[in-house]
Amino acid sequence: MSAQAKGRAKAGATGPDRTGTDRTGTAEKSPAGLADPSLDVDALLDDPDTRIIVCCGSGGVGKTTTAAALGVRAAERGRRVVVLTIDPARRLAQSMGLSELDNTPRPVKGVAGDNGGELFAMMLDMKRTFDEIVLAHSDPERARTILENPFYQSLSAGFAGTQEYMAMEKLGQLRARDEWDLIVVDTPPSRSALDFLDAPNRLGSFLDGRFIRVLTAPAKVGGRGAMKFLGVGMGLVTGVLTKVLGAHVLTDVQTFVAALDSMFGGFRERADRTYKLLQAPGTAFLVVAAPERDALREAAYFVDRLAADRMPLAGLVLNRVHTTGAPQLTAERALAGAETLEENGAEQDPDGADGSPGSSGSTGAPSASAAEAVAAGLLRLHAERMQVMARERSTRDRFVSVYPDVPITEVAALPGDVHDLDGLREIGTRLGRTPA
Amino acid sequence: MADTPEAGPDWEGVRLHVVSGKGGTGKTTVAAALAIALAAEGRRTLLIEVEGRQGIAELFGIAALPYEERKVASVSPAQLGLEGAGTGEVFALAIDPEQALLEYLEMFYKLGRAGKALRKLGAIDFATTIAPGLRDVLLTGKACEAARRKGPGGRAYDAVVMDAPPTGRITRFLNVNTEVAGLARFGPIHNQAQAVMRVIRSPETAVHLVTLLEEMPVQETVDGVGELREAGLPVGGVVVNMVRPPVLDEAAVRAVDGDHREEVARALVDAGLGGRSRSATGVRAHVEPLLDPLLDQAREHAERVLLERGQRADLEQLELPSYELPLLGGGVDLGGLYRLAAELKRQGAA
Repeated sequence: MSAQAKGRAKAGATGPDRTGTDRTGTAEKSPAGLADPSLDVDALLDDPDTRIIVCCGSGGVGKTTTAAALGVRAAERGRRVVVLTIDPARRLAQSMGLSELDNTPRPVKGVAGDNGGELFAMMLDMKRTFDEIVLAHSDPERARTILENPFYQSLSAGFAGTQEYMAMEKLGQLRARDEWDLIVVDTPPSRSALDFLDAPNRLGSFLDGRFIRVLTAPAKVGGRGAMKFLGVGMGLVTGVLTKVLGAHVLTDVQTFVAALDSMFGGFRERADRTYKLLQAPGTAFLVVAAPERDALREAAYFVDRLAADRMPLAGLVLNRVHTTGAPQLTAERALAGAETLEENGAEQDPDGADGSPGSSGSTGAPSASAAEAVAAGLLRLHAERMQVMARERSTRDRFVSVYPDVPITEVAALPGDVHDLDGLREIGTRLGRTPA
Repeated sequence: MADTPEAGPDWEGVRLHVVSGKGGTGKTTVAAALAIALAAEGRRTLLIEVEGRQGIAELFGIAALPYEERKVASVSPAQLGLEGAGTGEVFALAIDPEQALLEYLEMFYKLGRAGKALRKLGAIDFATTIAPGLRDVLLTGKACEAARRKGPGGRAYDAVVMDAPPTGRITRFLNVNTEVAGLARFGPIHNQAQAVMRVIRSPETAVHLVTLLEEMPVQETVDGVGELREAGLPVGGVVVNMVRPPVLDEAAVRAVDGDHREEVARALVDAGLGGRSRSATGVRAHVEPLLDPLLDQAREHAERVLLERGQRADLEQLELPSYELPLLGGGVDLGGLYRLAAELKRQGAA
């Protein structure tokens, strides 16, 4: 990489403990002023005990691409991997050679597996996953009642937490099949950062809620008890509901709830199991972010939330970090140089025909002044790059000073988007680049 | 297009501006800038947030917004680089679906004690959970209500701007009233949903999409516009956010990419980057390590400029009014927000 990377490597090497709990090394700081532990992605991927990697982060930070790149890299390092994506851009699916991703893991061709590695990829189909649960947990007739219920249809296709819940459900299923030794999961772009952690519980408590018991009250003693407790007549509540919703709605809801009720235990149990699976030692969470204020603020939220839920955080993947091969040339000197050249140009060419640094004008060999204009452009570009890097660094350092123990890996920005396996491989290389 | 400052605003008559976009494109920022721009010339606007993220509070540097319309900014013409008098006002509201449902029930049914009981039972939570459409109809319903609300001497707000869910969900979010209408086939909720839908489909509403000049956001924008059109929802404009000015054009890059290293090296020496050495070779040696990195950066830059040109062409095919906002280094603060608002105003978005 660059002197920047070397600086970081040095900083990383100061503490013997990779998790960064040893703060004695802080005297020998990186040029940016903050020592931080670095995240060894390859070690994580190579560790046979790592069975699940969950990529989370706010939208637009390259989370899905990171998940796919991790999958490719892990497979090429000999693991049998499945990548579960939630809503991949078409191009990303294509980049794995899959014209369509569906609810079933498909082998990804072209991933070198001479050491036994293999890559599968799939995309979550939340409605189908939900349907499958219903079918698996109830007799055919009851299943039909549920599947046809308008509330079920609405819930399975659009409930804000359904996608999150089903992602976790699918993860549980994949893990239970035990056909892969590593599962990489992308998480849905939730409205609030860690909805997928809440979703199993939310659906559980939703189905467990008092109101459901009230709705199913005629059949259940508990419902009436709740009513009595509140000192409200059942008639009053159902009366209001009928007035607000219309009688048929209430009937639809009651039918749906009664039908779901039978699968109830199943849901809860599975939700609990998945939640525990996430907390287990074989799981590693990677928070993905870009070196921007908003993305890192979200990342901080994720880190806190994971800690609160006692979920194992492996580290932070900082995507799209800018680098330069000429860090010795500061933005100030580059700008000063550009100005000198532009002034020269203006003197030689008082008409200012070639005044703008962007246009070289001539088509053949550049004249001396054209070369100067181009050089001025190069210097301005470099100054811009150095300024971007300084901003990114200070944003990152603010995060590091609050979360000194979170290991970080930086992924250098690519000029364009990823279109193919080579692109994913390149990202993987950048992800895995350990500070030597 | 971007440079028609003389023309009148493009969205005259639009009361409800729905701002969507792929995650990470800055839709909250654009929504806020639009609310400011629309408040110029002494108008009142309301900026609505529906995802419980408190992004507006964050942006304006204020404490978390309650479920209540609060003034968050005043807008003088000078702040937008305009002449004239009349200070506009921007209000903000973070809608909470539960509160909205209670408010709605209270307004129409005077529930009193039963309302409290429903809440205690978790019925409100239940209702907004089991029927996501209901949740969304409450959110959009609240926005529509604000857009049509009467105030002293006309409308309460001249325009309402909603920071809406991302492009992938926007059609469903707005169209969900149709879905609720399907769930509740008749009755008051059904009627409410129909009424909301009428506002959303009317020329008083416009759905704007925010994008970056990158492949995925542009693709999502193109898909999103298709879905909106198919659902009969009014597509507004495209806001291209975080645009970086090209520093070097392709011709310039091509000029250096060949065998012109020497000329460029000499120019760098002329620029004073040759170090302290007095010998020509010493100077040249000092410049040498800069050459490749600088040329690499130029190539990357050129590649990006080329990609962006392709993305722009894809967006132009949509044949929608489009606006370009510059990338503000170091994130958007309040000052930056006004700058973006002035830019939107200048380009005719407000």
